[in-house]
Parts: sequence; structure tokens; C-alpha cells
Amino acid sequence: MTKNLRVKSSEYIDETNRISFKFNGKTYHGFKGDTLASALLANDVHLVGRSFKYHRPRGIMTSGSEEPNAIVQINPGTNRTEPNVRATEVEIYEGLEASSQNCWPSVEFDIGGINNFLSPFFPAGFYYKTFMWPASFWEKYEFFIRHSAGLGKSPTSSDPDIYDHRNIHCDVLVVGAGISGILAAKNAAKNNFRTLLVDEKNELGGSTIFENNEFNKIDNKTPSEWLKKEIEKLKNIKNLEIKTRTSVAAYHQYNYLLARENLTDHLEAKDKTNKIRQRLLKIRAKKVILATGALERPLIFNNNDRPGIMLSSAIKKYSEFYGVACGSKNVFFTNNDSAYESAISLYNKGINVEAIIDIREQSESKIVKKVKEAGIKIYWSHSIVDTTGYKRLNSISIMKLSNDGTSVTGSKISISCDCLGVAGGWTPAVHLYTQSGSKLKFDEEKKVFLPNQNTSEQISVGSCGGDFKIDEIIKNLNQKIKDTLNINETDLDGIKVEIDQENSKRNIWLLPSDKPIGKTKPFVDYQNDATAKDIKLALREGFRSIEHVKRYTTTGMGTDQGKLGNMHALGIIADTAGVKMGELGTTTFRPPYTPLTFGTIVGRNVGKFFDIFRRTPMNDWHVENKAEFENVGQWKRAWYYPINGETMHQAVQRESKAARESAGILDASTLGKIDIQGSDASEFLNRVYTNAWSKLAIGKCRYGLMLNEDGMVYDDGVTTRLGENHYIMTTTTGGAANVLGKLEDYLQTEWPELDVYLTSVTDHYATASLCGPNSKKILKKIIPDLDLSDENFPHMSFKESKIGNVQCRIMRISFTGEHSYEINVQASYGKDLWEKCIEAGKEFNITPYGTETMHLLRAEKGFIIVGQDTDGTMTPIDLQMDWIVSKKKYDFIGKRSLYRSDTMREDRKQLVGLLTDDPNIVLEEGAQIVSKLNQSPVEMLGHVTSSYFSPNLKKSIALAVVRGGKDMMGKKLFVPMENKNINVTVANPIFYDEKNERLNA
Amino acid sequence: MFLINCPYCGERDQQEFKAGGEAHIERPKQPTELSDDEWAEYLFMRKNIKGVQFERWNHAHGCRKWFNMIRDTSNDEIKAIYKMGEKPPSQ
Repeated sequence: MTKNLRVKSSEYIDETNRISFKFNGKTYHGFKGDTLASALLANDVHLVGRSFKYHRPRGIMTSGSEEPNAIVQINPGTNRTEPNVRATEVEIYEGLEASSQNCWPSVEFDIGGINNFLSPFFPAGFYYKTFMWPASFWEKYEFFIRHSAGLGKSPTSSDPDIYDHRNIHCDVLVVGAGISGILAAKNAAKNNFRTLLVDEKNELGGSTIFENNEFNKIDNKTPSEWLKKEIEKLKNIKNLEIKTRTSVAAYHQYNYLLARENLTDHLEAKDKTNKIRQRLLKIRAKKVILATGALERPLIFNNNDRPGIMLSSAIKKYSEFYGVACGSKNVFFTNNDSAYESAISLYNKGINVEAIIDIREQSESKIVKKVKEAGIKIYWSHSIVDTTGYKRLNSISIMKLSNDGTSVTGSKISISCDCLGVAGGWTPAVHLYTQSGSKLKFDEEKKVFLPNQNTSEQISVGSCGGDFKIDEIIKNLNQKIKDTLNINETDLDGIKVEIDQENSKRNIWLLPSDKPIGKTKPFVDYQNDATAKDIKLALREGFRSIEHVKRYTTTGMGTDQGKLGNMHALGIIADTAGVKMGELGTTTFRPPYTPLTFGTIVGRNVGKFFDIFRRTPMNDWHVENKAEFENVGQWKRAWYYPINGETMHQAVQRESKAARESAGILDASTLGKIDIQGSDASEFLNRVYTNAWSKLAIGKCRYGLMLNEDGMVYDDGVTTRLGENHYIMTTTTGGAANVLGKLEDYLQTEWPELDVYLTSVTDHYATASLCGPNSKKILKKIIPDLDLSDENFPHMSFKESKIGNVQCRIMRISFTGEHSYEINVQASYGKDLWEKCIEAGKEFNITPYGTETMHLLRAEKGFIIVGQDTDGTMTPIDLQMDWIVSKKKYDFIGKRSLYRSDTMREDRKQLVGLLTDDPNIVLEEGAQIVSKLNQSPVEMLGHVTSSYFSPNLKKSIALAVVRGGKDMMGKKLFVPMENKNINVTVANPIFYDEKNERLNA
Repeated sequence: MFLINCPYCGERDQQEFKAGGEAHIERPKQPTELSDDEWAEYLFMRKNIKGVQFERWNHAHGCRKWFNMIRDTSNDEIKAIYKMGEKPPSQ
């Protein structure tokens, strides 16, 4: 029978709306407004998980996103399951299921719990030290380590939810809707700044909303009452957008912030469908006001991790906000007055508080007096030395602290309790602040890191800026808002604040026990099971840098990134090493502040939008005709067109023969096209290509090779002179964007004096390449008026014409060695052009061919493909293309590099043809080439770059790059493969129609 | 993610831009007159400064214009932006 620990009704909990949910298979009830954590606590469930390394039972520790222990698997076994979710952040809904993680077979009985008793054998660096030998065994060790470690389980089926991205530009972004954030946002918006206020919680108000200390007053009201009125006023303010359930994950430079807005996680399954689950907000703010608050820190003492040990502020929130008592016998352990506020909060609700253990000698504030009057026993100058209770706290032992705080004296007192609230002071949440690149400074008096040097337009207000008391908060906030927004007055000017003064402080990072440290377990990082002992061990072993200690001990490396314990880790290191904390610095806070789902990060860019494809205007035809496609750059290109179940090889053989024997047609629309105009266009081409362009007549085409400044081949293609000052350049499909970028670069930065304008027109034209001995007859059928005689329209020339009413540009150029035409029309007529060609070519058995056949046909002719036969280390000389390098031109891009000592070496890899001695063996592309077998070490001469079986030559052919290959004509070489050595002979790379007779056939 | 003030378009997000390496390295007017070492100096040698660096940037997904930027590489503060051909402003 579980106890009901619901105490007094709370306005944030709707007790008329009862909700059932399951935890570890068991059904519980909570109310609308509960988090999973508050609902479990109301059912007296503290044990929710097991720790990472020792599998120690762990309970709910906090009430917010800093939770290290209560991380659960949501809706296990469903496609919406999510691991590593903090129970303190999950709003319950009807049908919610959750389960514990990192335990087997159950959280109540966990086999891994044995690790706790073996813990003397698991010191810091245990895995590094133990599994080093023999090195080859690591894979076997790793298998077991990975299985025994591990947090939750990722979903195995695809995510049914929709995610979204939104860009937001605002004048002022306020992060955190506690008292400071609300007041800052209100004043910004009222002064006509477009303001966005975000908070990770579902309710505004932060911790002030349950601040009922009767000794603190704002305008004679308790801070809670006062703030609720202020929140009411926000509703009618223009220019103010408020987003709750929105957690800022990252704060980048130039005030660029990423936030996750949670839209449906708190809804029942039936209400989640067809809605956006989470949205990534990409916020660019002119000014950022950080009001991220502070996190209460625990105290570090022996066995401080048992279920039932919680933050004092969390106990107060559960009582005030959720109306839940976390225990029936409560004790507090503190170094400041805030635990007294929590104690009074419980006392006022009739919840039993047994005692308060305070490491200070005394405190004179009103709230302490009130605790005394309430008859709650206070143990001054005492510390907890041990706790008991395996799955739930059942007692603590306390002893008197020595004056210097390093040891305990006197006799041990045992106090029976089921819940312990610890209050170790407050740590400003400066995570986002430091992510922005701004720098912190350690405040030795307050024992906190505070914002110091801002790098962007930002301020930190409230407790994240170091102001913990309401009077300080309002006073400093008022001034900071005026300064940053450049305004003279705010509605904070006349506010009257009274507060209860706290005047006694004592901070001890690691509290002593009566046992030696080696026999204790004072946890610093709860999630990763790093203890103070581990940190001290790391220092003994010589680690000094805080970043190294962190990695060695894994302190702060869990999913909570050590939000609770990092300050203690630093304090313990500083104390042990005898340095000041300010000198030690802090570890880097990295985004995200709280974990993000992958869905949020990718947004809509999933499935077919993951990587957008470009398709040609003829694409539908290719699809209808069962083409197989290959990816070329961003393009989907028809690869080959199998008919009657042909394999790729069969299809390519058929297509290649048809193109040479009668007619073939290729979709060449993807080739890059750059329109070049201007009075210096010819001079420009002279400078960017290796060959000469000045004398190219209007209406003529020329092949050009473009180098990088280092002399290596960069791109190639045919450029046509359309007019006196007008050219159209084609580039490789993949190189189009880069070539345009490079040309623009030279034009704008090196040769601004040239009158040249470049425009990308790749998408404006569709191109059908008609090729083969019957191509002329087919074109004649399509455009009967055009004189296609060699005299009027010779190879490497251009005609402007019309197909019906459609303007077209026709280049008589060839990448296959056959008589061919490239017909360009406006893209929207592309499919029509294609269909006309197919129709006209029917009587000649016109055969559509894809990129694979194109590659084969050009390889027969020894034409290179930049990027396949070249790899950024090939000069035109290496390619045996000396003929295209002008000797007369004074300069062109890359020219000087062709005369560097390295590029002039004779033994560079050079492009050659390779023929296999057995004509049926087709070499593998990428295969290595050697001159001698059985040598050691093997001397690699080069490799095969292109290789095909040529149906037209009825033998295999290959292009290869071979060291010194130019002078190896006829030489026998070897291509050693896994099972055999293939004998090859170096040959002329032009295998077919060496005299180019077919161009005019 | 920087906010870059393109001299032609105004403030735009960094993702519209492409970095283009060190600025103010002029292509030699007479490359053939240069020794291998001098050419290599132009071709390969670039500074990699922690601190104030002069860089070329291109508004690749915008106006496609190249411009110069002075940036502190240690904290990514953009000190100045000026057009190609202009002298760097005194800081």
C-alpha cells in the first residue's frame, strides 16, 4: 500500500483532473500539473534509478532541468520512446509510461548493484588502467563494458513526429522567466523593443512564484503574491512574445541562440498526432538579457546520494508548488538560511520537520528565530558523517565540526528520517553566458563564478548575475535595464522591498567524516558516480589541469553536465592543491544546456528533404522508361536504361553499340553553363584557359582546360562564341558552382579592370546530346530548314535555330567521337525536345543512353573525365595533353606552376592506356599497377582510373596513371589482385578511331 | 554563427558566406619572372594568426561579391569590413 503524501491543495495542481500513468509497469495516479517526479513523490516513490557505475539506488534530487539521478525512459517499447529524460521535467498525461534505466532485471533488484560492493576495485581511471593489456583484447572488453554501462535505449522504429525550425529576429531576448526575467521583459517591451521571453518551464515565475517567506516583502506583499500580479500584467503588453516550455540550448557569438520549444510532449498520444512536436528556434537578438537564475548546490558528505536525499529548494517547491510532501520525517542540512525557509514551508503545511543540521555556528535572521519558535531542533556547527538506508534514507549520523572544518569531534548522534534536504548555497547558472564567449570571474566572498567580461550585447540579471536577495535583485536589475536599453525610467523605480537579513556564512566544499576518506563515498557527480575520493586520487596521480581531472574522473561529463557538483569538484581541487579557485578557472560549458532530440536538430530535413536532389527537365521521361539513376553532385542522372531485365553490363553494352552504329541520345542538361559577356570576354578566357581564345570566330566552339594556380587540372568543357562579346561556357556537372566561384574570384579581386559579366544559366537550358552516324538525319527531320552540311555546320561550330517556335542553340561537338549535336532549349521545353528526338529517331533505332555508356564511349576515345582520371595532382602535361597548353600566351591561371621543379619531373604519374593481355579481363578501377611481381617492398607505379569492356572493340580497355608512363609505350606491367596477377600492356589512351574520321561520318 | 555586414547587402547570417583565406595577397603580375621559391611563396604560404587577421570573404549565397574582413581569430570579433581594392581602415 503506497502512502499518499499530497498535502495541501496547490493552485498549480488541478485536483479535479486525475491522471493515471505507469512507472516500471505499475499504475499510479497524479493530477494535471504534476511532473512525473512530483507525482511519484506524492505516491512515496523515491527510488527511480540506478547510478551509472556502481548501480547504487538513486532517487529524485531536484525539481528541474539540473536533475542528475531521476532520468527515465519515456514510453518504452513504442516509436515515441525517449531515453535519458529527466523525470522532473516530464509533465504527466493520461497514458504516460516511464521506466527506470541502467538496471537489470529491475530497479528494486539490480544485478549491477554488485559493483557498489566491489567499488574499492573501481577507482577513477579504472577502465583505462585495467583494460590496457593485451591491447588486442580491447574489442572484447569493450563489448562487455558497453553492455554493462549505457543509459536508456534509443527507439528502433522511425519517429512519427514532425519537427520544425523557425528563425526569430528580436530586439531583446530574455532568457528565464523568474522575477528578473519578467520585470526585464516587461520594461523592454513597454519601451517599444520587440521582446521575446522564454522559459524552460510551463509556468512563469521561476522560484519566486513559491517564495512565501513572510519576512521578505515587495510593496508589502510576499514576493509570490506580488509576482503573480506582475505576471497578470504581461498579458496586455504589445511587442512581447512569451514562450514557455522553451529551453535555450546554445548561445553562440553575435547573439545567435538556439532554443527548443516543446509543443506536444505534455499531451496525450491522441493529441500529439499531426502536430509539430518540437521546434528549434534560431534566434538572432540585438540584445540578450540572461535571467537564468541560480541552481542550489548540495553538500558533499559521506553517502550523500541515497534516495530521499534532495535539494532543500526542491523539497520546498514540491510542497509549495505541487502540494507534495517528500517525506514524513524531514531533516535539513545546510550552510545558509534557505533551508530554514524550506523548513518553515513544510511546518506551515503541517509536515513534520525533525531537525536542521547547520555547519555554521549561528544565524540571527528572523526565519531562523521562527524555526526555533516552532520547536524544530537545530544542531549548530554539526555535520553529517554518514547516512543509512539502501533504497531509501532511514537515518543520518551527525557529529560536531572542528573550528577549521576539516574534522569532526565528539560523539555521534543518530537521527531517524526518511527525507533529507541539503542546502549548500547557490550557483549562478552562467552556462549560457560562457557559451557566448564571455568570461567569468570568481567571487571569493560569495564562492561563485560571476559574469565579468561581456563579449556581446548582453547583461546577466538576477541570481545568474550574482544577486541572490530580492532587494539586490530589483535594485541592480533596474539600473542594468536602464543602462542596456538606454531608458531613463522603469516601473521598478518606486518599488519598496523589505528583506530578512542573512549575516552568517560558512562554506566547506568537502565535509569531513569520522572515517578516512578512502572508506567514504562523498559523491560529487551523482550521475557519473564520481566521488571526492576520485578527485583526490587524480590529483595524487599528477593531474593538475581542471580539464584533465574532469576527463579522468568523468566529473561533470554526464547528461546533466555536472550542473550540481562542478563547483564542489573545483573547490575540492583548489583546497587539495592549495590554490585559489579563481586561479584554477572553470571547465568549459558546452551546448546544449539540456539535451536536444535529433528530430529538433534536423527539423524538416528528413526523408526526401534530407539531401535535396536536382532533376533535369527530362527526368519524368527517364523514370517512365525505367532508367536507373546515379548521383552526380546534387543531380540525379540517368545511369542506364535496362530493358527486359538486362543487367547494367548488358544494358551498357547494347547502348554503346547502338550509339556508334546508328544513333544514341543522352540527357546532358546537368552540364554547368556559364554565360560570359563583356568587351573583355575573350581576354578573360585567355587568362582562365590554358589554350588561346582571341582568334576563335563567332559561331565556333573550342574545348578548354582550366587549371588551378598550382598547375593542376581543375575543370574542362567546351566554350562557344555566340557573338563578339558573348560566350557560353560549359563546365563539368559537379564542378559548375566551384568554377563560377573561382572565375568570379579572379574577376573581382585580381582583374577588376576587365569588363566581363558572368551568369550561371545551368538551370535555364535543357540539353539533349544526339550522337551517332544517323544523328544528322534525325536532326534534319526535326529542323528541316537548317543546312546541316559540313560546309555550313562543321564539327566544333554553333547554330541558332528553331524547332517549331522554340528557339534552340545547337553545338556540333562530340564527347563520344561520333558525329553529334548538343541541342539546347529553354528548360521548360526540355522534355518536349527529348520526345521529338526519340520520335524522329525511331526509324534509326535511336537508343537513349546514360552516364555509364557516356563514360565508356569517351574512354574508347581516351577523353578524360576531370575528377575520375584526374585527382587534383595531374597537370595537362601529365595527361599527355601538351597540345592544349599555349606556349605563346604570356600568362594564364596555373602557367607558372607548370615550370616548377616538381611539375617538370619526368617520373610523375602520367595518363596512359592499358590493355589486358587477356582481352576478356576487365581491370578494376583503382587497382594498383606494378612493374615487378614478388618484390618487397612493392613499388606502386600507379593505378587504374577508368576501365570498361568495349563492345565496339570487343576487348577490355582501361585508362591509368603510371609513374613515367609516357615513355612506357608497349611495356608489360602487372595488376596484382587478390587471387591473380593480371598482365597488362601500356598503350595509347586513344583506343578507337585515332584519326577522328567518325566525327564527319 | 557570425553576423556579417556585407558591404553590398547589409547584415546577413554567416551561413550565406564563404571564407576565402588570407587577404591582400596579390597575384604576381609577371609570374614568369619569378623563381620557384618566389612563386611558391605566393602559391602556398599563408599566415595562421591567433589574433587580428586580414581575410577575404565571399557572399556566396547572396550577391556573390568578394570583400575583405579584419577579424580577431581568438574571439571572432569582426573589426572591420571593406570592399576589394580598398585600403584596410586604420584600427
